Amino acid sequence: MGLEDKLPSGVLLSTVEGLAGYMRKSSLWPATFGLACCAIEMMALGSAPKHDISRFGMERFSASPRQADLMIVAGRVSQKMAPVLRQIYDQMTAPKWVISMGACASSGGMFNNYAIVQGVDHVVPVDIYLPGCPPRPEQLMDAIIKLHTLIGDTKLGPNREAVIKEVELAAMNAKPTIQMKGLLA
Amino acid sequence: MTQEQNGMFGAAGTGDTSGYGGLVRTAAATGSTERPYGGYFDDVADDLERAYPDFADAITRVVVDRGELTLHVKKSRLVEVAFILRDKLKFEMCMGVSGVHYLDRTGAELVALYPLLSMTKNQRIRLEVATSELDPHIPSVVEVWAGNNWHEREAFDMFGIIFDGHPGLTRILMPDDWDGHPQRKDYPLGGISVEYKGATTPAPSQRRSYQ
Amino acid sequence: MTTTFDPYASSRETTEGTVFSVTGGDWDSLVSEIGESKEERIIVNMGPQHPSTHGVLRLVLELEGETITEVRTGIGYLHTGIEKNIEFRNWTQGVTFVTRMDYLSPIFNETAYCLAVEKLLGITNDIPERASVIRVLMMELNRISSHMVALGTGALELGAMGPMFFAFRDREIILDTFEEITGLRMNMAYVRPGGVSQDLPAGMGTKLREVVKTLRKNFEDNAKLLIGNTIWMKRTEGIGYLDLAGCTTLGITGPVLRSAGLPWDLRKTQPYCGYENYEFDVITADTADVYGRFLVRMAELEQSLRIIEQAIDKLDALEGQPVMVADKKIAWPAQLALGADGLGNSLEHIREIMGSSMESLIHHFKLVTEGFRVPAGQAYVAIESPRGELGAHVVSDGGTRPYRVHFREPSFNNLQATSAMSEGGMISDIIGAVASIDPVMGGVDR
Repeated sequence: MGLEDKLPSGVLLSTVEGLAGYMRKSSLWPATFGLACCAIEMMALGSAPKHDISRFGMERFSASPRQADLMIVAGRVSQKMAPVLRQIYDQMTAPKWVISMGACASSGGMFNNYAIVQGVDHVVPVDIYLPGCPPRPEQLMDAIIKLHTLIGDTKLGPNREAVIKEVELAAMNAKPTIQMKGLLA
Repeated sequence: MTQEQNGMFGAAGTGDTSGYGGLVRTAAATGSTERPYGGYFDDVADDLERAYPDFADAITRVVVDRGELTLHVKKSRLVEVAFILRDKLKFEMCMGVSGVHYLDRTGAELVALYPLLSMTKNQRIRLEVATSELDPHIPSVVEVWAGNNWHEREAFDMFGIIFDGHPGLTRILMPDDWDGHPQRKDYPLGGISVEYKGATTPAPSQRRSYQ
Repeated sequence: MTTTFDPYASSRETTEGTVFSVTGGDWDSLVSEIGESKEERIIVNMGPQHPSTHGVLRLVLELEGETITEVRTGIGYLHTGIEKNIEFRNWTQGVTFVTRMDYLSPIFNETAYCLAVEKLLGITNDIPERASVIRVLMMELNRISSHMVALGTGALELGAMGPMFFAFRDREIILDTFEEITGLRMNMAYVRPGGVSQDLPAGMGTKLREVVKTLRKNFEDNAKLLIGNTIWMKRTEGIGYLDLAGCTTLGITGPVLRSAGLPWDLRKTQPYCGYENYEFDVITADTADVYGRFLVRMAELEQSLRIIEQAIDKLDALEGQPVMVADKKIAWPAQLALGADGLGNSLEHIREIMGSSMESLIHHFKLVTEGFRVPAGQAYVAIESPRGELGAHVVSDGGTRPYRVHFREPSFNNLQATSAMSEGGMISDIIGAVASIDPVMGGVDR
């Protein structure tokens, strides 16, 4: 990416990581990707004086994906909409994050049929899954705060490569859901 | 649908011990309702007969059920009847085209229903047109009621009913290159079984159904 | 300008002509390329993802300069197959699916479906009066919240940000009321075949009267901002004109039809749920443009408040009446109460079904697992939703599952008017026209 990736790991890198993380999370601009009912709750979060997304500096929903950092997929993604979703995701510039808001975006929700993509992670990589039908604006705020923590802790440079290796190894060795046993396995 | 239904609670052929297994119910017979129809339906039928001399040939059945009048129209006469209903009987608005697919009615599987509304007289009736799956053509009523443009496209998309004379009959709800007509009864729901820890829940179309 | 291949930043020749993909930073090269071609008309895609098209609506505009010569509307980006899904669920579960069609007015979807199912069951006259009054109350509250979103988002799309905040503030008040009554803010599945799922909580009458007072005061804020506002009027007067003949041939109902002058409101002409016992006016305008539709919606808010006040009075008089039909083979059996571990069946109900009444236990079990049976036939019931005539056409084959449920959504018809309203106008006018139609894509695509 930039200069921050070339720094050798050490105290300087962790300071830069902290600073970069703080700056990136402090004014995320969401891309308008409201599809269905969840979009209305997202609008309630964005413009109702009661739940106020400007507290995060995020009230500027960016219509242009080029200027957006966060894509909140709010609503059910139909087969016809999936290529559009992918194109908007591709047009966003890195760094970018995705929150899949609601049950329909996370897993297809109650619509287990021919017309709905069963989970938006079939199309784009998702950072935070938010269940609910629709999730309350407070729940969406919680997801955004968790995303902020995630962004603030992003590692850069050699640290990031180490994290990526670790995550890949864990994913390769992970048990598929159906083989897990017990209620809280 | 003239079906006989056996039993009250419970699927057929199972060990139903409710005691109601011996009940036999026949569904409503398929025939025309007899005159007088009641309410304004008689006026509508009389006006239509007066305005349209081929009434007996075009309207195959007249059903009055649950306070609603349904005229079963032969598909070749649909546009004529539609024009007369709109111009002479003042049914200015058509509330769309609703398609139904009956698997068991051979020769008349695909049905298109047109609910009509007359604002001047505050009346509602319904037209029903049936066609076979092997020849799914119905004349289009877009020149009578322009609002049916998208409704006929939807009926084509979902059921495969081809409306002759439609200005642009293409898919409207599904992607343009989709195969098949989703709301037909023989088209699968397409759900996937949901995976949990150690078990799966079957898709909605695979679950137990009661008759 | 770009030397490396970028799939989003080049122009390429296709069978239809040159296709330009705009990325930004290349505007001068784009303009010079267009200037070289002899074509005056360009086709612009206002794609499904757009902040101003009111949802996932695709508008393909053929432009000559700033004037639109042709508009083609693309829908289907939210098609969920709800109607086919319902065929695999029982009649009561259908309510939960139907409520998510037109997501701004879930109570209307539920009521249309339940009225159609009740017509098939033949119990329309047996619905308790308290249930009908609660349905009317919820419908009118929903009408206000839906009009608030229409006004707020319509204003936002035309550039006014203030009304959006006021509108969503009022909407929050109503959603809090919904949450108190039904448990959910949106998509409540509250109206069930036979009545409503549970009664209003105690003390709701006073709270509702407070809500009405607050809303009546709050509506002034939006009215003062927009009515008579020169910029607003310049952007909305004379825009999106569709006269009565256009409306009837396209099957348009609702505020768009009423703005053309015809006082057609199903609550007055073909009343349902006891609407004939309420006093309210049907609002019309005679300008048939975006400003007229805006005025109609603003005035309908006050009429809804009138109906709500009358409903609250009626509810006080009907205190203690049942809210579900008396026939135990149809009535949804659960009596919910808030217990130590959350909301669930009340202890009295459990005591009754486990201890004293075998029939209640059987009914509870059978109705929840299998559902009731609806005699064969078909019914079409239409109600007046905030967008127009919402019709539910329900076909039953005598079983526990709907055979076919089709919804005649007002937005589906109303959206066909986009071309008639916008061709010949400018791009900025099509935004206002679509906003005045107030389409909800969930209802259009189902």
